[in-house]
Amino acid sequence: MDTDQLIRSLAADNAHRAPRVGAVLTMALLVAAPLSILIFATFLGVRADVMSAMGNPFFDMKFAVTLSLAIPAIIVSLHLSRPEALLRGWGWLLLLPVGLLAVAIGSEAMMAPAMPMTMRLMGKNSRTCLMAIPAMSLPLLAGALIGLRHGAPSRPALAGALAGLVSAGLAATLYASHCTDDSPLFVATWYTIATAVVTVIGAAIGSRVLRY
Amino acid sequence: MRGREDEWTGLMRSAMAGDDAAYHRLLKAVTPVLRAAARRGLARAGQPPDQAEDIVQEILLAVHLKRHTWDSEAPFAPWLFAIARNKLIDALRRRGRRVFVNIDDFAETLPGEAPQETASAGEVAAQLGALPQRQRDVLQSIAVEAASIKDTAAKFSMSEGAVRVALHRGLAALTAKLRDH
Repeated sequence: MDTDQLIRSLAADNAHRAPRVGAVLTMALLVAAPLSILIFATFLGVRADVMSAMGNPFFDMKFAVTLSLAIPAIIVSLHLSRPEALLRGWGWLLLLPVGLLAVAIGSEAMMAPAMPMTMRLMGKNSRTCLMAIPAMSLPLLAGALIGLRHGAPSRPALAGALAGLVSAGLAATLYASHCTDDSPLFVATWYTIATAVVTVIGAAIGSRVLRY
Repeated sequence: MRGREDEWTGLMRSAMAGDDAAYHRLLKAVTPVLRAAARRGLARAGQPPDQAEDIVQEILLAVHLKRHTWDSEAPFAPWLFAIARNKLIDALRRRGRRVFVNIDDFAETLPGEAPQETASAGEVAAQLGALPQRQRDVLQSIAVEAASIKDTAAKFSMSEGAVRVALHRGLAALTAKLRDH
């Protein structure tokens, strides 16, 4: 087939309209979310003292941190689904959860400690955290990757890493309602390790499946 | 250069608004620029220039299938060159070379360097043979025989909608095969 002929067939297909990447990503995440929620409901569940925990600002802070990861990661991943887009000028959005955590750690340090620092950091749920966040991330990661496949990222591994951040941020939001460790030190340590694992998996898969 | 790129942006806006002729004109207009850049990229990688047309066709397919990622408020050329660069790097890598492709490869095209001839390429033609019968028939009819969607529908006793679906699926499948082979 010569190039003029190919162009003719492309022009004939001009009426075909693909949905925007944001719409496909949203749909894929909505389809994946029930699977992650099922894992949550089956193995974890909301902590028993959730009503009193909600009065604890450090409990609430966990959701602020996880959502300040998930939402900016969605925004940046959609930006990078355009081929000419650069991370420059957008990357700082991903530092929001880091800033929030720093503020939270600072304010906890200024209060009279209920427990020694190492106990707050190690917590009681570090093992569960390291398993639950990646496990609940996997369906969402698959959804995010399927959604982003609809785009045209110039750096597939980076886009895959962002899919990892999206899914880990959402999974960590679920997990935060189960976990009884509310110290920002615990969150900064274990949530971060779990998120890093998911991000690396996302980058590895993304480098293959997000090529267009 | 600026005038040319503004013209492309205008054509692409019309194309996205449903003007098939504008889309056809746009693809014809960018092809010589893409061809010159592909030749330069191949030359720099020490590859024979006769594979340029394969790369051009791959770029055109990617442009077509990813055009929903173009923001109609943005200029068209940077988007086009980003896709082209990506596909050129991919193609050269597949041929076993790691090369740095400069954006200037696309922007610096000189008028004399842009031959207008159309050339056939081996890869798309080869992958075409691997498509399901119906998609291949529809693509052949529209691309090679220059039949309209309506005529193609009549020829194969299909609805026009079914022809459109087969055409789009055929182009998408072709792109996937080129990427993964």
